[in-house]
Amino acid sequence: MALLDVENLEISIRFGHELLPVVRGVSFSVDENETLGIVGESGCGKSLTALAIMGLLEGSGVRVTGGRMRFGGRDLLAMSADERRHIMGNDMAMIFQEPMTSLNPVYRVGDQIIEALQQHRNLSRRAARRRAIELLDLVRIPEPDSRVDSFPHQLSGGQRQRVMIAMALSCDPKLLIADEPTTALDVTVQKEVLDLMLDLQKRTGTAIILISHDLGVIAETCNSVAVMYWGRLVETAPTDALFETLAHPYTRGLLHSIPAIDRDVDWLDAIPGRVPTIGEQIAGCPFHPRCPRAESRCRHEVPQPREIAPGHLVECHFPYGGDR
Amino acid sequence: MLFYTIKRLLALIPTLLAATMLVFLFVHLIPGDPASILLGDTATPEEVAALTRELGLDEPLWTQYLIWLGNVLQGDLGTSVFFGTPVLTVIADGAETSILLATMTMVWIVLFGVPIGIVSAMNKGRWIDQITSGGAMLFASIPTFWLGLYLILLFAVGLGWLPSSGFPSLTDTGGVTNLRYLILPSLTLAAPNAALIIRLVRASMLDVSREDHVRTARAKGLRPSRVAIRHIFRNALISVTAAFGFTFAALVSEAVVTETVFSLPGIGRLVVQSILRRDYPVIQGVILVIVVLYMFINLLVDLAYARLDPRISLK
Repeated sequence: MALLDVENLEISIRFGHELLPVVRGVSFSVDENETLGIVGESGCGKSLTALAIMGLLEGSGVRVTGGRMRFGGRDLLAMSADERRHIMGNDMAMIFQEPMTSLNPVYRVGDQIIEALQQHRNLSRRAARRRAIELLDLVRIPEPDSRVDSFPHQLSGGQRQRVMIAMALSCDPKLLIADEPTTALDVTVQKEVLDLMLDLQKRTGTAIILISHDLGVIAETCNSVAVMYWGRLVETAPTDALFETLAHPYTRGLLHSIPAIDRDVDWLDAIPGRVPTIGEQIAGCPFHPRCPRAESRCRHEVPQPREIAPGHLVECHFPYGGDR
Repeated sequence: MLFYTIKRLLALIPTLLAATMLVFLFVHLIPGDPASILLGDTATPEEVAALTRELGLDEPLWTQYLIWLGNVLQGDLGTSVFFGTPVLTVIADGAETSILLATMTMVWIVLFGVPIGIVSAMNKGRWIDQITSGGAMLFASIPTFWLGLYLILLFAVGLGWLPSSGFPSLTDTGGVTNLRYLILPSLTLAAPNAALIIRLVRASMLDVSREDHVRTARAKGLRPSRVAIRHIFRNALISVTAAFGFTFAALVSEAVVTETVFSLPGIGRLVVQSILRRDYPVIQGVILVIVVLYMFINLLVDLAYARLDPRISLK
């Protein structure tokens, strides 16, 4: 059994008296030593999926309305709030997109790491501080002995994200969820932070879910990829297989809309149309209004996930590389 | 920090000069003159003129101002026209009552306002929040004279637990137990102010709770109460601090209605009565003291900011 198993996850948002599903039928699993990438445009539900796994949706008007999530064999949705909290920051940790605002500005970074440590480990203040310095050293913050007493505003964006990583790793999590961890950082720093995460994975075997809108980042770092569109997983595959076939028209569209420096083009191949809004009703395949391959069947029948190769699932009637 | 404080204190001097000038001008703009008020309706014009000369009120305004300012710089605020005692003594008597009253009121405000505000914010939208928010609105709207009279009726007249009026100095017989005279007035004053603090704590906490770092705190698996106090309230405190400072200053100087209801010899009542008596030296002296108090509290609030928020550096 995989470390994390998500089955048919449905997440809905409350609009007045109505519950509108924003994530539907999402299934995937992650195991130790594995990195799963979830990719998709803004608003496709990838961050909500991450927050749902972590248990941080509470109080936001958004909640899980269906499906199952099992972590280490235990049903996450059946747990009490206290049990969830025991896992949060302990067996499961999260890194967020905005390193500039994700640390509390009034506490020293060391104290914020110590707080995470003391929440789950029975450590004395001195031992926790020693461990915090070790962690800062591990995430390659220079002079960790003095940086431990810095306030967040005294650190750069990259350093703050390293502190976030140190905090997330403080209790040796089995699963690390990174929601756009490098989006807010300079390109040069991006690579360092990603390398650092993968390096730490090699040492500890932590499973990683990396959420990004950047296919390049995903291609470089992940074992498998899940492509999300309008709350659904439209294609799931091992990274190599995915980039080889680009079976779903949306996946293909995403890749082609990345400007390439070695190609001289006048026109960027953006996907035509727009992402449907929440609660919009679309008959058939939700991608058909924007799809170059759409036929009448796509307008009437919702595609079910099908396996076009071992481990390669596509929700499309007419995937590339499939039989027409 | 020390250097900053000294710099700020020096910067008070021009502000103080401007404030005293304004006060002096406004006081002398009030129609009526002290001499005729002091002597009453039966005084002859000659008597009034003689007293006016004696009080130095026949000099040109700017001469009067300079004389007054010179005396103030030597620590002499003049002599009360009405009491015939030094203004400093008159103010000191009122200040004892007002400062004790304001302090006790602040204790109630912090004791009730802060925890209720926190609970209200933590339970936003639930029945407990609706009750506290509704209650806060009610107490913010109750006029202090009405609340004061009802508290007197209940606790002084009805139950006989507490005295209804006056305040003997702490140096009089009774000593510290004289503070019981201030319990009802301080509760009266605390009600609307605590209500405002409840609303303010709640609103600031809800603002902070939407910030990203609160999500980080929750992601550590911290208990909701710890997130609320260590991460949300602690950061909300930065914006609540100013309200604490100015509430205190206002309580010292503006508690006129409550002081009147409870017959307390405080600063607020002193100002109003001195204006009615055209007691120029006292009005000028009291307002000078209040201006200094406000500036001092402003400085304290700024120093507190620097303590609460490491991003603010005092340079």
